[in-house]
Amino acid sequence: MSFEIKSTAESYDAIIVGSGAGGGMAAKILSEAGLAVAVVEAGGDFDPAKDEYRTQLRYPWESPRRGAGTRVRPFGDFDQAIGGWDIEGEPYTRGEGTSFDWFRSRMLGGRTNHWGRISLRFGPNDFKRASIDGMGDDWPIGYDDVKPYYDKVDRLIGVFGTKEGIYNEPDGFFLPPPKPRLHEMYYAKGAKKANVPVIPSRLSMLTRPINSERGVCFFCNQCNRACQVYADFSSGTVLVKPAMAKGKVDLFTHAMVRAVTLDDAGNATGVSYVSKTDMKEYKLRARVVVLGASACESARIMLNSKSKTHPNGVGNSSGMVGRYLHDSTGADRMGIMPELIDRERYNEDGVGGMHVYTPWWLDNKKLDFARGYHIEVWGGMGMPSYGTGFSMDTMRKYIKDEFGNPSPNGGYGEGLKKDIRRLYGSTLGMSGRGESIPMYSNYCEIDNKVVDKYGIPVLKFHYKWTDQEIKQAKHMQDTFEEILTNAGAVLLGQKPGPDTMYGLAAPGRIIHEVGTTRMGNDPNKSVLNSNCQAHDCKNLFVVDAGPFVSQADKNPTWTILALAWRTSDYIVAELKKKNI
Amino acid sequence: MNRRENLKLLFTGSLASGFLLTHCTPEQKQADMSPKVLGGTPGGRTEEEKIRDQKLLADTFLTEDERKKLDVLTDIIMPASEGFGSATDAKVTDFLEFMMKDYPAYQTPMRGGLMWLDHYSDESYGKKFLELDESQRMTIIDEIAWPDKAKPEMEGAVRFFNMLRNLTATGYFTSEIGFKYMDYKGNTPNVWDGVPDEVMKKHGFAYEEKYLSLYLKPEDRGKVAEWDGEGNLVG
Repeated sequence: MSFEIKSTAESYDAIIVGSGAGGGMAAKILSEAGLAVAVVEAGGDFDPAKDEYRTQLRYPWESPRRGAGTRVRPFGDFDQAIGGWDIEGEPYTRGEGTSFDWFRSRMLGGRTNHWGRISLRFGPNDFKRASIDGMGDDWPIGYDDVKPYYDKVDRLIGVFGTKEGIYNEPDGFFLPPPKPRLHEMYYAKGAKKANVPVIPSRLSMLTRPINSERGVCFFCNQCNRACQVYADFSSGTVLVKPAMAKGKVDLFTHAMVRAVTLDDAGNATGVSYVSKTDMKEYKLRARVVVLGASACESARIMLNSKSKTHPNGVGNSSGMVGRYLHDSTGADRMGIMPELIDRERYNEDGVGGMHVYTPWWLDNKKLDFARGYHIEVWGGMGMPSYGTGFSMDTMRKYIKDEFGNPSPNGGYGEGLKKDIRRLYGSTLGMSGRGESIPMYSNYCEIDNKVVDKYGIPVLKFHYKWTDQEIKQAKHMQDTFEEILTNAGAVLLGQKPGPDTMYGLAAPGRIIHEVGTTRMGNDPNKSVLNSNCQAHDCKNLFVVDAGPFVSQADKNPTWTILALAWRTSDYIVAELKKKNI
Repeated sequence: MNRRENLKLLFTGSLASGFLLTHCTPEQKQADMSPKVLGGTPGGRTEEEKIRDQKLLADTFLTEDERKKLDVLTDIIMPASEGFGSATDAKVTDFLEFMMKDYPAYQTPMRGGLMWLDHYSDESYGKKFLELDESQRMTIIDEIAWPDKAKPEMEGAVRFFNMLRNLTATGYFTSEIGFKYMDYKGNTPNVWDGVPDEVMKKHGFAYEEKYLSLYLKPEDRGKVAEWDGEGNLVG
């Protein structure tokens, strides 16, 4: 293969690497300020409004694998996040005895095509955890700094919910929430008995319109398939495409960024990328480079961007790039609800996520672990897909006939068919998603022995859970069992014990990784300042979850969006003042 | 309901027109005249995915004899009943053929299990499985279909039948016939306004009073949301 590096004549005010939540928001705000912007995306274009991209409202028999997951779509054949934990030609490695699984989406909108649209603000405590429990570090900013941006994000993108007045779960500008489903009523019943609060979910789907450009939710429960009327939030449909329609935004797709290019003074001059289409390397120039490639990918790009002034990678004078990598904790449990066996049929699809949830409700001072978790609820009469009817060799015994006699496990024939029909919609499950402690010893670095198929050195991960996360998972399992039992459920499977770290998911599995380019006031202990600007490179910024000092028990997207907006405002102001 | 009718339902009032127009404009595409096997998953596939689906659909794993055995076995697992068709009516064997190639880990247990079935039929009756009469077939099936009762030496065959039961049931219940038998009601545009009243009552539930005024009202779905400075919905 011939290899050459081409420099385009074009020069931009800003290059944004990545088109997910952070990159999309930066593209919108910077282009609205009149800047000429290039968005460089490693995957392809995507627009669910075009029928060629549509999987929404398709039936399982339209897929030869009936919706089963594949290597590039681990969440199912109709799921519209393209990539997964194991991408052909894009490997990563792990330190011995450690684990980390890295989920990537290679497409316009990035992982906003995947996420559950759970849109929670970090609360005042979430920015100051070190002051509360002495672990990790405080953020250099607080809730009051971010609140105005959360408010703007709510109104720009739309999120339903209710004002609850809970101190660390700040209220916002909410659309009306949908009523709970039947299994969610049972969850609430079980939770109430256990003194666990249940409130309406806060998800970014439009139950009512917020402008004339996006349709409203029509309750198909398929946000993961991407919405053809843009009623849910994904960065491509809500931020990048509108920015391209209104401003000077060029989108480069199938462009895998290798490095930030640097001048002798150590300033960023642009990026170099490999085009996946012709496997040639190109350079783009800009006054400002904004990384929004995801916490780990942005860290990788910075570590691979070396020069005389930045021998360890740009932004890495402190040696902190890649350090303090942390993901949410996760554990699950499910049961069967005898009250829901042989239930009445009606369309209960609802929105593409739970209608109620439990925010963190306890005081850690009275517990043996430091940080909290929220509980997500699932179950009900979802669309049958690959997996429906499985496990009757162990689950059929939970179905009883009119005389109370249980069915035998396994079997065949009309009786089996009827039992699968009776069992449908009777499960109730829950997932805990919690905050972990950021650790210097959990990190990613460049593996100098391995390159991807574009010749770019890959990441090597080192990550171990601490006792804090393991004890938290134990608490989750105790809580799940109590709620399920209170709700009247028959618990399925054995309760996960210490041998499995109480069912604690491997790091990276919850796909909330943050912290690799953390912000701080001390340039020796952090990568970025409080405006997400590199301490050692004034025209380099990060707008993904890398800047997070700690992660909260909240899904990170809403905070990525708020911080990206705030950083973009700062970039515009600094350019005006000619500081960069 | 067809797709166009679906889309009409999605919009309320003046929001509809502009969006629907852009929808109806066909993208100019270059004609691809290469021969295609029908049946790959539609919707935003990458080139690699298209190539893989085409290859899996073009390849054949199951032999004619294996297909005949699977037709018999899947109809035993999911027979016709209550006026709804059987596994073969729902083309479950075609689904099994595809899954063998999509998840190659299924191949050896499936081929080996079917081989065992002929071997055991021959041991028991001196004939292959397809040549047995119905009562002979069912005698063998009953030895491997009930995991809690099966003899320990049957463990391997029980595992084979568990796999076949899983795949047959899922193939059936993800087919059009299976959806009708299940009486599944979703996957269509609608307005969720809570659990039907009679169902709520039957289960002894009522929606919490303090949230009733806050939940979405279907009639508001066309009104653009407006808030006051405190985040209260005012319009």
